[in-house]
Amino acid sequence: MHVELLVPDRELWSGEAGLVIAKTLDGDIGVLTDHAPVFGILAEGSLVRIRDVPGQEGPADAVRAAVSGGFLSVSDNRVSILAARAQLGSEIDAGAVRSDLDAAVAEAGSQAAAEESPEARYARAQLRAAGEQT
Amino acid sequence: MAAQLRAVRARIRAVKSISKITRAQELIAASRIIRAQQRSRAAQPYARELTRAVEAVVSRSSSLDHPLVTEPQSVSRAAVLILTSDGGFAGAFNANVLRETARLRQREQERGVEAVPYVAGRKGIAWHRFRNIEIAQEWSGFSVRPGYRNAEEVSEALLEAYSRPSEDGGVDEIYLVSTEFVSMLTQRPAVRRLLPMEIEERTGEPPTGPLPQYEFEPSPDKVLDALLPQYVASRIFYAMLESAASELASRRRAMKAATDNANDLLNRLTREANNARQAEITQEISEIVGGANALAEASAGSE
Repeated sequence: MHVELLVPDRELWSGEAGLVIAKTLDGDIGVLTDHAPVFGILAEGSLVRIRDVPGQEGPADAVRAAVSGGFLSVSDNRVSILAARAQLGSEIDAGAVRSDLDAAVAEAGSQAAAEESPEARYARAQLRAAGEQT
Repeated sequence: MAAQLRAVRARIRAVKSISKITRAQELIAASRIIRAQQRSRAAQPYARELTRAVEAVVSRSSSLDHPLVTEPQSVSRAAVLILTSDGGFAGAFNANVLRETARLRQREQERGVEAVPYVAGRKGIAWHRFRNIEIAQEWSGFSVRPGYRNAEEVSEALLEAYSRPSEDGGVDEIYLVSTEFVSMLTQRPAVRRLLPMEIEERTGEPPTGPLPQYEFEPSPDKVLDALLPQYVASRIFYAMLESAASELASRRRAMKAATDNANDLLNRLTREANNARQAEITQEISEIVGGANALAEASAGSE
């Protein structure tokens, strides 16, 4: 099936894939070929993983991306992931994101409040997408 | 005579530097159009998918009672978002948009609706200030190169006004006046209503086929809540990109015309200068000849 990862000003990634794993507000969703049409809101600051072959566990993600303000739309073997902001794991500069995260936490005041702030969640998702510890 | 020649030469110098400036502006605009077009092409997939999704949600649930899609009972205030340019030298670009705005304002007035301007671009802001028309909110500094962040800012402000009742300074409708990029030679000012949403009428068979029967997570209402603000921001972003491309195309054309005119003027002035120089020389010669004749006559008389 065809997968595209779109942000407002460009196409971040597109290609063929066997499995897409994302997190909607209702929980994790895995999309295989011939999935029924679905339209879901992605959890704020979550991770989207795209794999070539379904069923294989392990670090076989072809693409890992952090998304913020995103949607998942599946129909006719086309998966579109739309996001106000998104970044591919391979393009993430972990150091810069860490300082973003620190800034977001500092702005929120306490660690507890930072958990709710979209900035902090997006920063954490970016670190996860880059394969860093959070 | 010598004074006239000096004056013409000074004008030639001035016109020459004008033509250099307008030529440079023309080339800058021309090179930027390509990039502006690429940007608006790159933004197309996102806008297309989002529109498709919104259409699918709205068409699925015709009983939907969402404030962003239902017609208001009565309209007393309407927000008008006007996209103009920051810089001048763009021919009739801003004038066209503002004329369309004035027409819309007139139409709204006849309906008994107060139009509330939201203006992007320094030229539009100046236009409203000069006429003492109150602006609800203004943005500037991004007309040639809009970012998605700019569009989000604008759409947040509009949605905030839309969420308030009109008695409380809110608005019941949102219009967008911007320029559509038809081709390098044609750009058209257009008025569109952003909210309440109108699913755009498509002529003929929709290219994407029938809309899929989506299952919504968590629910159609929730999806629409999250989707519509993004949709509005995306529509505004796309309009900004088109407006940027149109502005550049318009500037290129205006500057080309200005360069051509300056060159014509230069030809004429050069001819005038040559004329003046020749007249000066002729006069000098006739003075010398006249002087020589007078001397010759004087010496002939004395012999």
